[in-house]
Amino acid sequence: MSDLTSIVDWSRLQFAVTAIYHWLFVPLTLGLSVMVAIMESIYLKTKSERWLYATKFWMRLFGINFAIGVATGIILEFEFGTNWSNYSWFVGDIFGAPLAIEGILAFFMESTFVAVMFFGWNKVSPRFHLASTWLTALGASISALWILVANAWMQYPVGMEFDPDQMRNVMDNFWALFSGIAVNKFFHAVLSGWALSGVFVIGVSCWFLWKKRNVEFAIRSIKVGAWFGLAGMLLTMYTGDGSAVEVTKHQPMKLAAMEGLYHGHQGQSLAAVAILNPNKDWNNDEDEYLFEIAIPNGLSILGRHDMDAFIPGITDIINGVDIDANGDTINTVSYQDRIAKGKLAQQALKEYGEAREAGDSALMASTLTTLRENYPYFGYGYFKSVDEAIPPVGLTFTMFRVMVILGSYFLAFFVIVLFLVYRTELLQKKTWIQWIAMASVPFMWICSEAGWAVAEVGRQPWTVQDLLPTVASVSAVPATSVMVTFWLFALIFTVLLVAEVSIMCRQISKESKKTLS
Amino acid sequence: MFYYTGFRDMTVGKTLWMIILVKLFIFFVVMKFLFFPNFLSTNFDSDEARAEHVRNELTSRSDKR
Repeated sequence: MSDLTSIVDWSRLQFAVTAIYHWLFVPLTLGLSVMVAIMESIYLKTKSERWLYATKFWMRLFGINFAIGVATGIILEFEFGTNWSNYSWFVGDIFGAPLAIEGILAFFMESTFVAVMFFGWNKVSPRFHLASTWLTALGASISALWILVANAWMQYPVGMEFDPDQMRNVMDNFWALFSGIAVNKFFHAVLSGWALSGVFVIGVSCWFLWKKRNVEFAIRSIKVGAWFGLAGMLLTMYTGDGSAVEVTKHQPMKLAAMEGLYHGHQGQSLAAVAILNPNKDWNNDEDEYLFEIAIPNGLSILGRHDMDAFIPGITDIINGVDIDANGDTINTVSYQDRIAKGKLAQQALKEYGEAREAGDSALMASTLTTLRENYPYFGYGYFKSVDEAIPPVGLTFTMFRVMVILGSYFLAFFVIVLFLVYRTELLQKKTWIQWIAMASVPFMWICSEAGWAVAEVGRQPWTVQDLLPTVASVSAVPATSVMVTFWLFALIFTVLLVAEVSIMCRQISKESKKTLS
Repeated sequence: MFYYTGFRDMTVGKTLWMIILVKLFIFFVVMKFLFFPNFLSTNFDSDEARAEHVRNELTSRSDKR
C-alpha cells in the first residue's frame, strides 16, 4: 500500500468513525427536544402535574444526551483542517459560510435557551419557559440545516465558480445552496430524528411497564412517542422518496450502486431481497445477482416517478448511455471522456499558474478557457481507470436495504404500538411486547446510521462530486499521525458513549423508583 | 444568574457539567493544539503561499499515484 493510499484510508476511516459517533447523539437531540416541547405545551394547556412530570423526566434525558453529545461535531472540523486541507482550501467559503452560521447559531441560540429550559423553572413565566423549550428545539434543527446544506453541496456542487488565482471555489449564488438535494436531505435527516426519538421513548417507557413502575406515566409517554414517531417515520419516507429522485437526477452512479445495477432497463425492477454476485464487474457479462426477489418497475417509480422510465446502471453510466422519457437514447459523456477532460482541466490549471508567474496574459487567457470548458470533469483527471470512479457497491447495496427494511419495520412498529397503547391492558400484560419494544431501540440507531452510510459511501470516491476525489483532498501529512489520532478519538468517543448510556440508565432507574401521586 | 443558581441546585447536572468541561478541555486544548494543527496555516505564511501549495498538490497528485 502506498503512503498516499494509506493516508486516504486512515483519514476516511477517522472521519467515518467520528461522524458515526457524532450521529449517535444528534438525532436524539433533534427529536427529543421537539417531543419535550410538545409535552410542555400540553402541560401549559392542561396544568396537569402528570404532564409536568413527563416533561421534566424526558427533559433530563435530553439534557444528558445534549451534554455528552455537544461539541462532538467540532472534531470533524479539526479533521478538515489537518487531514483534508486540500479539500478545505478548494471548497473555500462555500463550506465555511454555512458552518460559521451554524457555529454562531448553535452557540448563542442553544446555550441561551437551553439554560432557561433547564434552570428557568419557577424563575421565568411559564409561557417564556415554553418559548425557550421550543426555541431550543428550533435551534437544534437550524444548526442541522447548515451542516446538511454544506453536506448537500458536496453531493451536488452548485452556486459557485472556480477561481484559479485563489485556487478556491467562490460562492456566486448563496440561494443555490438550497438545492433539492439539500432540502430533502435536511428534512430526511431531521425527521428521522423524530422517528428515532419516538422509538427511544417507547423503549424506555416499556421498561417502566415491565418493572410495573409509574405505569400511567409510561402509557402517557408511549402515546406521545408513538404518534410523534409515526409522524416522523411517514415524513422520513416521504422525504426519502424525494431524495431518491434527486439522487437519480444528480448522482446516478450512487443510485446504481444502491441497487447493484449494472445494465439498466425501461421499467426497471427493484431488488427487494437479493444476493449480489461477487464476480460481477462493470465490464463482464456475469449476472448481477445470485438470487433476487424483485418488485416490478420499482426502481423506475422510485427514481423517476414513472413506471416505464429508464434507470441507467453502472455500465451504462460509464459508457455514457441514457434513455429519455420519449424512449430515445441519449449519449451522455462517457467516463473515459470524463477522465480525458479532467486531465485537460488539470493540465490547463498547471499551465495557468506557470503563465501567471511568467506574466504571460495571452497564455493565461487560453488556459483559463480550457480550464473552464473542462472544469465540470476536473476530478476525473485523477483516475487511472474508470474502475476507480465506482463506489463500493456491496456496502452501499447492503446499507440501503438495512435502512429500508428497518425503516419499514419501524413504520409497522409505530402502528402496532399505537393499536396496543389504546388497549392498555394488552400492552401491560404482554411482557414479550415490552421486550420487543426495548430490543428495538438499538436497531433504530442502526437504521439511522445505515442511511448515512448510503449517502456517504454511495458517493465515493468523491469529496466534492465530479470535482475532487478523496485521493486529491487529503493533506500531505504522515499516515502514522492520522493513525495515532484515529485511535485517540476512538477511545475518547467510546468513553463518552459508555458515559452516556450508564448515566442515562442510572437516571431512568432512579426516576422509576419515584412514586407519583 | 440562571447558570449560577442552576449549577448550585444541580444533582446529576454536576456530573454532566464535569463531563462537558473535561471534554471541551481535551478537544480544544489537548487535541486541537497537539494533534490537529491547521495544516495550511501552520506551514504557510500567506494565502498566496497556501493557494500555490494547493495548486501544486492538485496538479501533481495524479503523478504521485
